[in-house]
Parts: sequence; C-alpha cells; structure tokens
Amino acid sequence: MKFAVVVFPGSNCDRDMYYAAKEVLGEEADMLWYKDANLDGYDAILIPGGFSYGDYLRCGAIASTSNVVNQLRAKAEAGVPILGVCNGFQILLESGLLPGALLRNKNLKFMCHFENLVVENNQTLFTSEYEEGEVVSIPIAHNEGNYYCDEETLASLRANNQIVFTYQNNPNGSAADIAGITNKKGNVLGMMPHPERAVEAILNSDDGLKLFQSMLANWRERYVAGA
Amino acid sequence: MKLVKVHITLKEGVLDPQGKAVQGSLNTLGYDNVQEVRVGKYLELTVNDDANIEQEIEDMCSKLLANPVIENYSYTVEEGVAQ
Repeated sequence: MKFAVVVFPGSNCDRDMYYAAKEVLGEEADMLWYKDANLDGYDAILIPGGFSYGDYLRCGAIASTSNVVNQLRAKAEAGVPILGVCNGFQILLESGLLPGALLRNKNLKFMCHFENLVVENNQTLFTSEYEEGEVVSIPIAHNEGNYYCDEETLASLRANNQIVFTYQNNPNGSAADIAGITNKKGNVLGMMPHPERAVEAILNSDDGLKLFQSMLANWRERYVAGA
Repeated sequence: MKLVKVHITLKEGVLDPQGKAVQGSLNTLGYDNVQEVRVGKYLELTVNDDANIEQEIEDMCSKLLANPVIENYSYTVEEGVAQ
C-alpha cells in the first residue's frame, strides 16, 4: 500500500506521519511538497498536523486555497482514503471536504497531553481494527480544536454515523464531544488527536497504530486478491 | 483605487473564548458595566477600480476572508487614498 504525505509550509507532523506509515506499518510512503504534489497512484493520502501558513487568517484557511486541494477534492470524490490530523483536519474543514469548523479551545489554552477517545464507529475503513466503544489513549496538541457545527449538521452527522471518535473528557469544548468525523461516504476522516504520535509503546501508547492497520486491512481486502 | 473595509465577527451563539477573556479583564479593571465582548477581525483591502468590485468582495469574503460556518462579515467600499 502506498501512502502520500502532503507537506505544506508550516507542517510539522509530516515526518511523524511518514514514520508511522513507512517504518511502523511497514508500507510505502512519500512526502510530497504541496506545490508539486501529484496524488495519482497513491492508495491513501495523509494530511499532517502543524501550522500551515503560520495559521494566518484562520487555521487551515490559506492551505485550503492551494492547488493540491483541488486534487484532494477529486480523490475524495473517487473514494481514495484521506486522513487529516490536527491542522490536516482544519484544512479539510476549511476546504469543505468535511462539515463544520474549529474554534479556539474553550479555556483558551494550547493543550498537549494524552486524552482518552471512545471509538464511536468501528465500521469505517479507518477504525475496523478497533472494537466499538473501545477507549484508546491518543495525544492531542492544539489551540483550536473546539469542533463546532450547527444543530442541523450535528443531526446529519449522527444520522449518517459520521462521528467516529469522541473525547471521554472533552478537553476543548467540542460539540457533542467530537474528536473525529468522516464525510458521508466514509473515505475522508478528520480528527484533532494525533494517532501517528501513538504508534509504538516507547511513545507511551500504540493505540493509534490500529487506525493505520485498519486502512491497510481495508485496502488489502479491496485490492489484494486472496490476501 | 478603492479602499475596502471588511469586518468579520463570530456568529451569534458561537462561543468566543477570546471575547470572554477580554471581558473578564475589563471587569477586573473595574468596568463592571461590560456585559459581553465579542472579538472580530478588521481587514483593509486596497483594490483597483473595477465594475464588479462588490461581487468580487462578496466572493472574497465567502471563499476565504470569513468562514461562513462560524463567522459573519460586512464591508464598505470607499474612495482610496493615493499612497
């Protein structure tokens, strides 16, 4: 399986994402500079965390106007798995690939620690290796992770099972404790916590690894005959 | 030249923690009459004269300058002053 890690000016979790896919999961991965990225031929696309364009204007807003986002739109439409973490989630929201927006944390603090997440939906290509209701320990590191959407959008997220992860102890004020959501089709996942920072015991948790393993298992099931 | 003044505010009902913090500080300073503070953004755009300017500014606001999910915007177009 071949992963693309899209690197924007200001991305700073790109190497962690690459390491998780390449070294821990043991699959192919490339880091692609956003300006000359060609997303063709990749089985999954990873949008890493960081501070794209210095978070100017709004987190993820400037990155959402770059040409690579048009490619992302086409790939999302074509069903290619796309994972956006932290600033990657912010970019997906600003691009309209996922519904809602992120506000500053309720307590106005940058928070960087482990949080317990509940796997609300294990029927996605990102979470099939988890148990439903499983509680996993994944680190957060954000200043603007307070998920917001209107009531109508929230009802639609619930009705379509798009809420994939919730916080056990909501740290940032997110609506309905939301930590991660997918698009309607289920092939685009955005989340504030960092699964790529929890892929080995030495990192204090390897609970994030199952997310990457789920992507791999789903891909094998679909494209590798007899696997 | 035209000078476009864009004001961006959080929608009513959207939590504004920054505004709350500023309100708390004003209250600490003794301004107990301040009931609420909402923090927004103000942008100035100097643009060339263009027949479509209103429509263009509208597009700029909805596509990039404001996030319509959480923010409202308003703008005025004035005669620009030569720099």
